[in-house]
Amino acid sequence: MAEIADSGGGGHDKGKKRAKKSSTRVDMTPMVDLAFLLLTFFVLTSTFSKPKVMSLAYPAKIDKPKGDAPKLNNGITFLLSKDKIYYYTGEFYPADRPGKNGPTKLTETNFSASGLRKLLADLNSFVLLRKEGMVKKVKAKQMEDTTYTRKLEQLKGKPEALKVLVKTDDKALCKNFIDLIDEVKIAEIGVIAPVPMLPEELKLLQTQLKK
Amino acid sequence: MPKIKIPKSSPSIDMTPMVDLAFLLVTFFMLAASFRPSEPVTVETASSVSDKVIPENVIMVTIDTDGKVYFNLTNPEARKEALNNMASMYKIGFNEEQIEKFSLMSTFGCTMKELPSYINLPGDSRKTFKTDGIPLDSLDNQLKNWISYSQMAALNTGKTAYEEAKQKGLAPDPDDFKPKFIIRADGKAVYKKAEKVIDVFRELNLNNLNFVTSSEFNPNNPN
Repeated sequence: MAEIADSGGGGHDKGKKRAKKSSTRVDMTPMVDLAFLLLTFFVLTSTFSKPKVMSLAYPAKIDKPKGDAPKLNNGITFLLSKDKIYYYTGEFYPADRPGKNGPTKLTETNFSASGLRKLLADLNSFVLLRKEGMVKKVKAKQMEDTTYTRKLEQLKGKPEALKVLVKTDDKALCKNFIDLIDEVKIAEIGVIAPVPMLPEELKLLQTQLKK
Repeated sequence: MPKIKIPKSSPSIDMTPMVDLAFLLVTFFMLAASFRPSEPVTVETASSVSDKVIPENVIMVTIDTDGKVYFNLTNPEARKEALNNMASMYKIGFNEEQIEKFSLMSTFGCTMKELPSYINLPGDSRKTFKTDGIPLDSLDNQLKNWISYSQMAALNTGKTAYEEAKQKGLAPDPDDFKPKFIIRADGKAVYKKAEKVIDVFRELNLNNLNFVTSSEFNPNNPN
């Protein structure tokens, strides 16, 4: 070690020839240096957090959808472009076939907590409020964990729960898509459907983007 | 006034505990560190709150920033089987050594024609191999064939692994041995490119997909 070995013997030999007592200590400095080098290397190179996965079930591919698309009850549609996100609620009404409240207008939002997360939490309050109640029950040991997960799944599938359609244009990035799905999952939404964009919707999105 | 004598102490400190600790840490990090196999692309994935860890037996499709497509299958036995099937389909011969090498490789992204020369390259020069990724257009959908053959092969090897686990007296979950389908897309890749890959999966009726993400803070259950 970093230590100067004390002189073992010598000094007071009264004429007698003594074998020099050599120190039993070995200089360990190089070994310790190496140990720390290795330590630094492993600390810096090792990655402990394994990547996580987010599962998403896609609708099965059917060659020809039977009849018209089913009426969307309590749904929200997100239109994604590069780092931009627009949405409308309910059915889509193009300009030439306006609904009760006129043609569909897109509203812009953003990926921040006050934008998308708040919007989804407000719209899906039906599920979130009931979930809160159940969480309290679980904490008070009035409900089993398994019952909770089962009931939450049931709750997500109810007609009052929000359903989300995701449509992307040619410029949207994977990051935008995953961020959106992530927010949707935070809001405990069970039905997520990534679907292709209608031509009318694309037109509307493009005029909105030009503004 | 008498001077206060400071006792002369040896300038050396006993460093044994420190060195012990250092070696303990070295051992810990050496054993705990898992080295990632070298991959031809580095992908920056987006983050999500999901806490599901990536499973063991996977079929992974990687999409890089330019939209090039790469393929990976984790099980070496299944890799051999899939390669043999692909080789007979595209009528490309591989020798034993190449098949063995391929089974130990990680992600690759080249056409079947390029594959033999890609396998022959030494490890580090594979990174610079010029390729356009695995083709997946409707005329030459190699990705689709890779996925379907790999799925069959991985199902087979999974089945034998399941039987083995059963014979050992464990109660294995058959789902753990089925291959999972993973998409690892760079956050900056255009989603339409990823959608093409997703469509290939969906054409094969594989609708349960997983996206690789890095983890982030979950506001709903902070723990």
